[in-house]
Amino acid sequence: MANDAAPVAPPASGQLLDKRSIALRQLVVRALDGGARGHIGSSMSLIEIMRVLYDDILRYRADDPLWEGRDRCILSKGHGCIAQYVMLADKGFFPLEVLDTFCRRDSILGGHPEAGKVPGVEASTGALGHGLPIGVGRAMGLRIKGSDARVFVITGDGEINEGSVWEAALSAAKHRLANLTLMVDYNKVQSAGPTQEILPLEPLADKFRAFGFAVAEVDGHDVAALRGVLQTVPLDRERPAAIICHTVKGKGLAFAENDANWHHKSSIDQKLVAQMYDALEAL
Amino acid sequence: MRPACVNKVFELAKRDPRVTYIGSDLDPPITRRMRDEMPGRAWMEGVSEQHVVGMAAGLAMEGFIPYVHTIATFITRRCYEQVAVDLCLHNLPVRLIGNGGGLVYAPLGPTHLAIEDIAIMRALPNMTVVSVCDADEMKRFMDQTPDWPGPIYIRLAKGYDPIVSRAELGFQIGKAIVMREAAGRGKRALLVTTGVATTRALEAAEALAGAGIECTILHMHTVKPLDEAALVAHARDCDLVVTVEEHTIVGGLGSAVIDALVEHLPGAMPPVKRLGIPDEFAHKYGSQDQLMELYGLQPPEIADAVRDGLRRRVA
Repeated sequence: MANDAAPVAPPASGQLLDKRSIALRQLVVRALDGGARGHIGSSMSLIEIMRVLYDDILRYRADDPLWEGRDRCILSKGHGCIAQYVMLADKGFFPLEVLDTFCRRDSILGGHPEAGKVPGVEASTGALGHGLPIGVGRAMGLRIKGSDARVFVITGDGEINEGSVWEAALSAAKHRLANLTLMVDYNKVQSAGPTQEILPLEPLADKFRAFGFAVAEVDGHDVAALRGVLQTVPLDRERPAAIICHTVKGKGLAFAENDANWHHKSSIDQKLVAQMYDALEAL
Repeated sequence: MRPACVNKVFELAKRDPRVTYIGSDLDPPITRRMRDEMPGRAWMEGVSEQHVVGMAAGLAMEGFIPYVHTIATFITRRCYEQVAVDLCLHNLPVRLIGNGGGLVYAPLGPTHLAIEDIAIMRALPNMTVVSVCDADEMKRFMDQTPDWPGPIYIRLAKGYDPIVSRAELGFQIGKAIVMREAAGRGKRALLVTTGVATTRALEAAEALAGAGIECTILHMHTVKPLDEAALVAHARDCDLVVTVEEHTIVGGLGSAVIDALVEHLPGAMPPVKRLGIPDEFAHKYGSQDQLMELYGLQPPEIADAVRDGLRRRVA
């Protein structure tokens, strides 16, 4: 973790996963098994980010998902939705068994999350680059209402190739939206390959600083470090925050880590399901 | 029409705390008024249509009714995915105000013309598409916008157009207005029109009446949801339907009318002629009126098209 004044770029995480992180990943596999498809690597890199948000940071009521005082958590990288579904199920927004229906015809859980269908999902995402502009509007709306609820937007790294993210970043800084926190799941691998090859983002922290954000960097699989930095938001009373979470695509599945081939699988058979459970068992 | 629309937003904001306004790099006088008349609830954002539509969605999710204002082609084409996903999929009460719908920006060329805006907005579920005919009608329409569910695309035509709408005919979103009723026992044409094309069609109807051709003018200010009941009722006993729009013939009012007639009058459909801009980018400059003439949308050309259509009908 680092604050605005002393940036560091943690290396790709070799962080060991504890029992809860492994159990949450097993729930991800359960959903992948249910749907026989899904974004594997993109969900696994997000687990600790979503875990710490829902365990320690966000204010919400699982039995009253639209409670006015809740923090708004917008998963802009909608393709990582299984990681959010797992947390919502874990917290009781809906029963765990619903995970088994992932992507099935009459399920509430699609391959991208939909507001109004899934309790706890604030915006329908999946088309990339939509979450931050929406987050800016929500943060402004909350400010007009005098609410102390906060807005958290989680994007991917490939996602911030989208120009709309940077349009919104300029606006967030202009409006001094200290109630808005952007988290980037920076696993450094996008759909087609390494971000460094497809569209380099570095120096990413400097880019957000230049756009007017208070920036922190953190190992996105280190639960204590994530908790530490998220407990300090707003990082600045006059600026939105950007927390760059250094993560590993496919984290926890040794055979899939850092490999763009595991970004998404449109066919997941029982052999692969067993392989994923075995990999988690071995941790 | 534009001042009438913008003034109404400021007026609505005074009585409805949900109303907010977002401009995208519009002019300094509007920026000043926002500061003076809607402090804290109006923002002049940059040239960033994608962001602006998303931001409006976020505000609407928090219970506000944002009116987003910029040039028509940019608020429709540039950020189409945001309009589709952020506004229509979530079915949020955001109002998109598009300056210069149609050929208004004729001298500025094809990058600035919004001639397919109705088609692409109409294709989106939950979207309401409104194109009023003059400034007075704009005021009556705007009064109804705060409580209309879901997103609305508001097509602004040029300002200072003649006033042809009449208060006594009322205004209701989604309800067509009969601006003129065919009288007598001569040949009868039904002209279905929207926006400022209604003004041109009224003038054409006057000329035709002098020549013994009676026209009913059904002003379809709301292209979506289309008032199919009114359309079918009037189309049933006419000799010819002519649609008139300052818009490409691909997917606009004419297409909507044909869709509805095919559905509701199978085997009994009157002949339909669509007047609009052909399927091409404008290749001339000049004025809006000059381009409307080029595309056959001025009163004499409309009258000719009606005569021609009825002649073919007889033949």
